[in-house]
Amino acid sequence: MTTNRRDFLTGAASMAGASMTPSPSHEHGHSHDHDHQAVPSDPALRVKALESLLVEKGLVDRSALDTLIDAYENKIGPRNGARVVARAWSDPAYKQRLLADADSAIAELGYGGMQGEHMVVLENTPQTHNLVVCTLCSCYPWPVLGLPPVWYKSAPYRSRAVIDPRGVIREFGLQLPDNVEVRVWDSTAEIRYLILPERPAGTEHLSEAELAALVTRDSMIGVTNVSYPAKAATP
Amino acid sequence: MNGVHDMGGMQDMGPVQAEPNEPVFHHPWEGRVFALRRAMGAWRKWNIDASRFAVELVPPVDYLRMSYYERQFVAFLEMLVDHKFVTRAELENGAPAADAPVATPALTVEKAQTMIAKGVPVKRDLPIAPRFQIGQRIRTNNLNPTTHTRLPRYARAKSGTIACDRGVFVFPDTNAIFQGEHPQHLYSVRFSARELWGAQAAPNDSVYLDMWDAYLEPA
Repeated sequence: MTTNRRDFLTGAASMAGASMTPSPSHEHGHSHDHDHQAVPSDPALRVKALESLLVEKGLVDRSALDTLIDAYENKIGPRNGARVVARAWSDPAYKQRLLADADSAIAELGYGGMQGEHMVVLENTPQTHNLVVCTLCSCYPWPVLGLPPVWYKSAPYRSRAVIDPRGVIREFGLQLPDNVEVRVWDSTAEIRYLILPERPAGTEHLSEAELAALVTRDSMIGVTNVSYPAKAATP
Repeated sequence: MNGVHDMGGMQDMGPVQAEPNEPVFHHPWEGRVFALRRAMGAWRKWNIDASRFAVELVPPVDYLRMSYYERQFVAFLEMLVDHKFVTRAELENGAPAADAPVATPALTVEKAQTMIAKGVPVKRDLPIAPRFQIGQRIRTNNLNPTTHTRLPRYARAKSGTIACDRGVFVFPDTNAIFQGEHPQHLYSVRFSARELWGAQAAPNDSVYLDMWDAYLEPA
């Protein structure tokens, strides 16, 4: 193979990693356009070289890779979870089923599968606020929320969510009163947690689709509540 | 393993920084790493617990410095070598060895679609009796294995209450090192925030962890 490809794989295989490591700001995802220009060619080429090697050995099928990427880039994301939440807000019987047997109720809407094989839904109320984290890695309910954002996988969130949940939530813009009980759920097993946020006041006239449009990813992790009218530019 | 991955309760890691309108993958190679890991996982030479352990084995300085997908990539290379899918020479040369057989990919498009839709359940329908009942007080063991565990340091030797019995699940501590699934009951255990963090915690707050039978003793 080409010299380039050999060099790139060798560097990565050493597991030293330093040369393929971008600036620390990578973890926070800012300014990708400029701070990455000098750096990202390394991992890009190394990964490409590995993929070529595995394809040549008949170990992977590129079209299967494309299928996986397309599913999580374009099909499976927090809009799924928002539909589940809006249905629960609109249909009390559905909400009961969802809280009692999340897997079946979520499957009613056509969702389920990888990294959501065993799901549990937790209801936020005026008395109780639930927050989800995975301190040990990055466990997250993919079928309903898609792949997690960088901040969810980052050291700051994983370290602080269990010891200072109120502080983390405050940084996301929500001040929880002292009399609200905070429950943090550390995803140490294969149970995947989805938060059912409180339905905001003044939304009684909204359709299920209009309600779903209000529900943010962050509210289904528990770092925010759902606002009405919706706050601008929430993911 | 008491690694740097076990972050719960660490301080001074900086503020949580959310990125508005974040893309699923920041670079195309991240998506390729994501997909390659699943495609090779379809060979079933390792399991999810072993793949987590491989990431935990990334040296701590690198672990903290690397992005999520960089860690995943270097851990993946080690797994590929350990399980003899590729040799280090092949990685160095960027080409298959002259006498390397050509396999048929384990993951086809159709199987990828099934993987996405069905996942890999780890609940086991076995008639195993639970050691603990809902409402029972427990104490977690003080374990310090050098291998994979899902009992975080911050929750070791702590008292809690069984909140829910999730049923029988594969035990990661043995599964990660290919010593069997050892299925056992998994419980949602409630720990008061003050039990974990002392008087600085709010009096009514709590942390729930999913804990296997083997992590627990009666209080």
